[in-house]
Amino acid sequence: MQLVSQIGGSVTNGLAYVGSLAVLGGRAAYYTVVAPWQGKPLRLQRAVSQAMDVGVRALPILSLITFFIGLILALQAAYELRRFGAMNYVATAVAISMSRELGPLITAIVVIGRSGSAFAAEIGTMKVTEEIDALETMAISPIRFLVAPKFLAMIVMLPCLTIWANALGILGGSLFGVAQAGFTFRRYIQASLDSLFLRDIMTGLVKSVMFGITITAVGCQEGFLTGAGAEQVGRSTTRAVVMSIFLVVLVDLVFTGLFFFVSQG
Amino acid sequence: MEMEDSDSRDSQEMISLRDVRVRYGEVEILHGITFDVKRGETLVILGGSGSGKSTLLRALVGLEKPSSGEIWIKGKNIAAISEEEMEEIRKKIGMSFQGGALFGSMTVGENVALPLREHTKLEDSTIEIMLRLKLEQVGLEGFEYYMPSQLSGGMKKRAAVARAMAMDPEILFFDEPSAGLDPIIAAGIDQLILELKQAFRMTIVVVTHELASAYLIADRMVLIDKGNIVAMGTTAAMRASTQPRVRQFLDRVPEPEVTREMDYLQMLTQERRL
Repeated sequence: MQLVSQIGGSVTNGLAYVGSLAVLGGRAAYYTVVAPWQGKPLRLQRAVSQAMDVGVRALPILSLITFFIGLILALQAAYELRRFGAMNYVATAVAISMSRELGPLITAIVVIGRSGSAFAAEIGTMKVTEEIDALETMAISPIRFLVAPKFLAMIVMLPCLTIWANALGILGGSLFGVAQAGFTFRRYIQASLDSLFLRDIMTGLVKSVMFGITITAVGCQEGFLTGAGAEQVGRSTTRAVVMSIFLVVLVDLVFTGLFFFVSQG
Repeated sequence: MEMEDSDSRDSQEMISLRDVRVRYGEVEILHGITFDVKRGETLVILGGSGSGKSTLLRALVGLEKPSSGEIWIKGKNIAAISEEEMEEIRKKIGMSFQGGALFGSMTVGENVALPLREHTKLEDSTIEIMLRLKLEQVGLEGFEYYMPSQLSGGMKKRAAVARAMAMDPEILFFDEPSAGLDPIIAAGIDQLILELKQAFRMTIVVVTHELASAYLIADRMVLIDKGNIVAMGTTAAMRASTQPRVRQFLDRVPEPEVTREMDYLQMLTQERRL
């Protein structure tokens, strides 16, 4: 009986958490999309500098990781394809699994580590030093002031990073393709492009936008929930990373399932 | 002379609290606080740590919703108004936070200019002049390009006061203005509050536990303890008070130290704060 009530309790808490994320995301979307037309301008400069942080500065590490992931995918695919003498399908396998799944997911995870945690730490520190309270007493909405620029930066940069990640993954795969599977570089790239439909890339990009919203909402939410004291900022940051990874995978599952059944029907 | 008749009756009381109670979850922090602050008056809210004075201040500036009771500021009950109306009230009050709460990513000048940029349509050049003026008023002329991290504790508080005054508020709130400062710097902040009071006839509410500072700046004092008002009155009346609890605080008689483990545990659970 106690177990049932405990399970019920955690389910309710979980739903409440997701609900509060949705509220935060909704308000951020309002301040990003609607409010600028009602004379409450968005801090564009801040959004641009956030976009630099979230996007451009993530490029080196993201490039390296996705290049390796592409190479790993090629190796793993070849392990199985070799037995059927179908090594020329390596390019297809890498291209599709990168752009449909691993490109968006790896990008999201890199961005969680770099930016989701930074959002939580930044807002958490501001909470501890009463800067959030100061904003409110100055009649400045912390959502508009702090969250909206991050929100905009994320939903623009995450798809861009994802496209870049896809390209680097394919490039990584080509290293194996050229060295071991008898492709020329040109033919490998051609085979990759031929195997991709626009649909594959689009589903990946839709997911990456959803990931961006999730990461921003969780990072900022954890920041706002920070209690008193510096050690709480560390806790928030950790929670932001763990929750973001979990929720990104959950969102991934939901959307992948959705795409699967939609394309079937 | 008597031209302000029409609303002088209402505006005599700048702030009125009626039976304000604040609770965090199960624990009630303030048990029914009632007092008034008159226009142009400096009221000091005195109390020890855990007395509920900071919670009271947070409720006064709308950061904490009272669980019951009324808080009237400039004729509006902020416990029961819309977000839009609250925004209008907030533009007329300024708050100086304990640690300054300056935005670390902006210069001192940008910090002071922020409310002006957000709430007015003034030209940048006008804002520039106004922020210089505000910084001069708090004795920080020439510091607009410094980052908050480059300022000393006392300077941070001064910059915070300049920011709180940016919108020419009618009421200024101070949270522990002298906390964490050495006595000389703290005296400087007290002096600043006195100057503001004389120069702008602002209504000022200060929360502090520093007696010396309270005696210096207060017109009236409210002493709170464990979420209740123990005493209130003019500074002179408070000094002369014979009420034991007031005397204990003013004469700094220590509370008997809790040494037994069970007593300490009980004290913790009784006065648990968030």
